[in-house]
Amino acid sequence: MLAQLLNGLQYGLLLFLVASGLTLVFGVMGIINLAHGSLFMIGAYAAFLVAKATGSLWLALPVGLVGGAALGAALEWTLFRHFAKREHLDQVMLTFALILLAEELRWLVAGNDFHSVPVPAFLDFSVPVTAGFSYSAYRFAVIGICLVLALAMFLWIERTRMGATIRAAAESPEVVDILGLDARRIHLTVFAAGTALAVVAGVLAAPLTSVYPGMGDSLLIISFVVVVIGGLGSISGAFWSALLIGLVDTLGKAYGPAFQGSGTSGTLIAALSGSSVYLLMIAVLLWRPTGLFGQRA
Amino acid sequence: MTIDRPMSRRGLVKGGLALGAAATLPTTFAIAQARPIKVGLMLPYSGTFAKLGENIAFAVEMLIAEKGGKLGGRPIELVKLDDESKPENGPQNAERLVKRDAVDVLIGTVHSGVQMGIHKVVRETGTLTIVPNAGANAVTRELCAKNVFRTSFSNWQPAHGMGLALGKRGVKKAAWVTWDYAAGKESGEGFREGLEKHGGKVVQTLTLKFPETNFQPLLAQIPGLDVEVVGSFFAGGGAVQFVKEYKAAGLKVPLCGSGFLTEGTLQAQGEAAEGIETALHYGDGIDSVKNTAFRDAFKAKTQREADVYAVQGYDAAQLLAIGLEAVKGNLEDEAGLYKAMRAAKFDSPRGPVSMSPSQEVVHNIYLRRAEKGLNKVVGIAAEALADPGTGCKL
Repeated sequence: MLAQLLNGLQYGLLLFLVASGLTLVFGVMGIINLAHGSLFMIGAYAAFLVAKATGSLWLALPVGLVGGAALGAALEWTLFRHFAKREHLDQVMLTFALILLAEELRWLVAGNDFHSVPVPAFLDFSVPVTAGFSYSAYRFAVIGICLVLALAMFLWIERTRMGATIRAAAESPEVVDILGLDARRIHLTVFAAGTALAVVAGVLAAPLTSVYPGMGDSLLIISFVVVVIGGLGSISGAFWSALLIGLVDTLGKAYGPAFQGSGTSGTLIAALSGSSVYLLMIAVLLWRPTGLFGQRA
Repeated sequence: MTIDRPMSRRGLVKGGLALGAAATLPTTFAIAQARPIKVGLMLPYSGTFAKLGENIAFAVEMLIAEKGGKLGGRPIELVKLDDESKPENGPQNAERLVKRDAVDVLIGTVHSGVQMGIHKVVRETGTLTIVPNAGANAVTRELCAKNVFRTSFSNWQPAHGMGLALGKRGVKKAAWVTWDYAAGKESGEGFREGLEKHGGKVVQTLTLKFPETNFQPLLAQIPGLDVEVVGSFFAGGGAVQFVKEYKAAGLKVPLCGSGFLTEGTLQAQGEAAEGIETALHYGDGIDSVKNTAFRDAFKAKTQREADVYAVQGYDAAQLLAIGLEAVKGNLEDEAGLYKAMRAAKFDSPRGPVSMSPSQEVVHNIYLRRAEKGLNKVVGIAAEALADPGTGCKL
């Protein structure tokens, strides 16, 4: 059980890194970025390439953070800025095109094979957590790094002037104009930060999941679930809902199938356990249509 | 992406000469016999399985070249089509080859989902089809057809060999871990039936969705299961990840599986794979003249090491050669052709092979142990193992 809780925590924290960027970008800029999963994939492949070239995964972390922010800024500057006021359909077309571009780029650079990324040598050991089950030290490190990043984000959003503007912009975008704030700068910052987080999540996840074509797709969907449950645009909402989903998903997958064979209801539970997360989303939407932490309809 | 090469100048001259030679032969019979047999190679030349498709195609070309470019006295023309391993395009691509390109024979494919599309088409058109990889049981079971042969394996076979080997050793309780999709389930069935033959049991099956790699929730349950061994089916990148995480989880229960768990993945799995036992119809260290010659020739042609996929492709072409030679290239003699192919017994790089009544390959399943990057054959898990062909009436 302890091991399963750890699994849920680690999965949830990684989800948070991806979902927080998604929710910020949507909250502040009103853009549904379908290419957010591709950013995650870019991070993972960057980790693979950097680790292969230098033998060190740690180098990929700053590269991912800085490179991700730069990439985000560039994308915002050249593309997203011009689409902020456009219809959602246009934005969907744009971000979908970016997915295709990213996949094509991945194919050119790294091909279509699965690649595994080695865990950094000094973390390549396991820590026994229960009798007969060990947890890799790298997974503990990922939990730690995610918590640090989450804390940094919390402080940035809750305790700084920039953070306050972002919160304001996320809650009611008109306020930014009324107060005469520089919307462009806010958008640029938010998009760069969101991109950097997704890329870093990809870097961290690379040794855990391997890198493979389309790896961002399933993560994108689950990140949307996180955003919807947490409430659009809410960072703390994304945090708690990511943890909730990490746990529900892990426990559902671990214990649900055990009901198989114990009568009709057992079979039903087993069959639905893989979709526990989506059932949770439906329940939350029925109960609180704006999400657990959402304020805006 | 296709790997067709433009015709060389020399090829053009040769072709012209052949055409000229054909034109000087007056009888219609001779002309009909000189008409090349069109063989469609519907394989993935791009995507995740590109390397598998390429190796199969290379091996087919190699066998045809060894036979002097002719099978049963008729030249062979290859028509390549990239199926991209996309099941949704399977039927359409198969129709293109069979109807538009009018191929006489279809060799394909790797992905089981695409195979079902091909199967649907060729069951209707009656085109002679040889499967060089896709293991979906149904192809030579309930959906078997007199014009469809398989030279690779059924999903049931390798895992069944593993189950048999464990059962013989006295293993009573095992768990099975896999992706929740057809290949995983069919392998699981084979494993279970193998164990049960010797009184063993699969007490727990753990699955996750294909192609997810979040194995931790499954691995964390294993210490709580009272089992002597964990059997599994994963392939490609999923197999790499699973084996590494299994090792990192420090589980005491030994891991084993269908051969695909460590096939083409050992380098990436590294230390973590050391000592894992698997069962497959091919492996490293099969010491036979045929195998050595095949590996050398394949390496000379492609600069790659031959693998199980190349063997399967080579045997698809070998089987076709046997059929065509029996009827002297006369495809009209369908009965004679199929009869010869059903009765075929030949020497494969993997060892002796033959065909079962449901037209599935019968071959040895080897027990292998992963050692220093090689799947070393350590014994035979099941000799001349035939798929039961349940539900096939031919």
